[in-house]
Amino acid sequence: MVNAIWVALLLGGLAYGAAHGRLGEVTGAFMSQGGAAVQTSIQLAGIVAVWFGISRIAERAGLIDLLARAMAPLFGWLFPDVPRQHPAMGAIVMNMAANTLGLGNAATPFGLKAMRELQELNPQKDTASPAMVTFLAINSAAISLLPATTIAVRAAAGSRHPAEIAGPAMIVTGASMVVVLAATQVWRRTLARRAGGGDGRHG
Amino acid sequence: MAEFATWVLPVFIAAAVVAGLVRRIDLFETFLEGAREGLQLVYNIFPYVLAIYVAIGVFRASGALDAAAQAMSGWLALVGIPAPVVPLALMRPLSGSAALGYLVSLLDEYGPDSLIGRLASVMQGSSETTFYVLSVYLGAVGIKRSGPALAFCLLGDAVGFIAAVWVSHAFWG
Repeated sequence: MVNAIWVALLLGGLAYGAAHGRLGEVTGAFMSQGGAAVQTSIQLAGIVAVWFGISRIAERAGLIDLLARAMAPLFGWLFPDVPRQHPAMGAIVMNMAANTLGLGNAATPFGLKAMRELQELNPQKDTASPAMVTFLAINSAAISLLPATTIAVRAAAGSRHPAEIAGPAMIVTGASMVVVLAATQVWRRTLARRAGGGDGRHG
Repeated sequence: MAEFATWVLPVFIAAAVVAGLVRRIDLFETFLEGAREGLQLVYNIFPYVLAIYVAIGVFRASGALDAAAQAMSGWLALVGIPAPVVPLALMRPLSGSAALGYLVSLLDEYGPDSLIGRLASVMQGSSETTFYVLSVYLGAVGIKRSGPALAFCLLGDAVGFIAAVWVSHAFWG
């Protein structure tokens, strides 16, 4: 699916650019985007390395277990095929905590770790497991209490009340979270029923 | 709230280090181990980041993204969606930095405290770079078939976009 989108974007851009005499700009983007990706990745590398270091300490010191255990009932319901004590649970919890606080950069390393741990549990290594699909869906709904970057941009633009969008943003993310969770739960129940009994959610 | 966010990370770091001291783990070595793993991971996902940047960059530079927004803006205005925010809605799932750049230009043109400025801010603040998250997260573990993940994520984006329009009109309309 991502493959199809990627090809569509690339070919669509080339065709549209050719038809509208913007091939120069297209070529320019083709040449310069690599550098932009390197810059982003280098920045990401620094943040991810620091956070993996800290979270490895937190993990070994038993902190993440503690947090994951506290939130286990909710997450047990969302991720029925992930054992409560599995490191995936801790990473998922930390990812959601960071996302909620608007710390996108801190959330990414935990999210990557969660995917890695979920892959350990995944019986079909080339196909996203139901737990992964749920995790990705939750991530895209991205419940947010503090859209820090947006507030900063508003303040820079001279807004009288830069933080006034936090309340509405919370309502909006709450709404999309509820809809997405309902949809994934319906999908999982259907999968489980089709596979016969409760076995489907492990498949 | 901002106060809370300033405190939560330092408290987390302090708690991790103190707990580590109590458990007598080798803090420095443990940190290095994690950092090494983090670098390895970014190294692994770099090709995915690169692929997305190139495809989206080409699509934007050709003018196709603007044209798509233009084509859709007529009937979107009928349901209370101002045309200038449409490119933001299309860009947001694809590229966080492109969307942020567009938000900055919107705030500059219409003012941060206008309805367009506020609606655009709510949209930016309440959604995620879906396409990026999907390909980087799935790519990091080598998943080829993503099942219905994209559909669910796009559903979340669509609901978020509509809710942002609705909530902004309710608050400031």
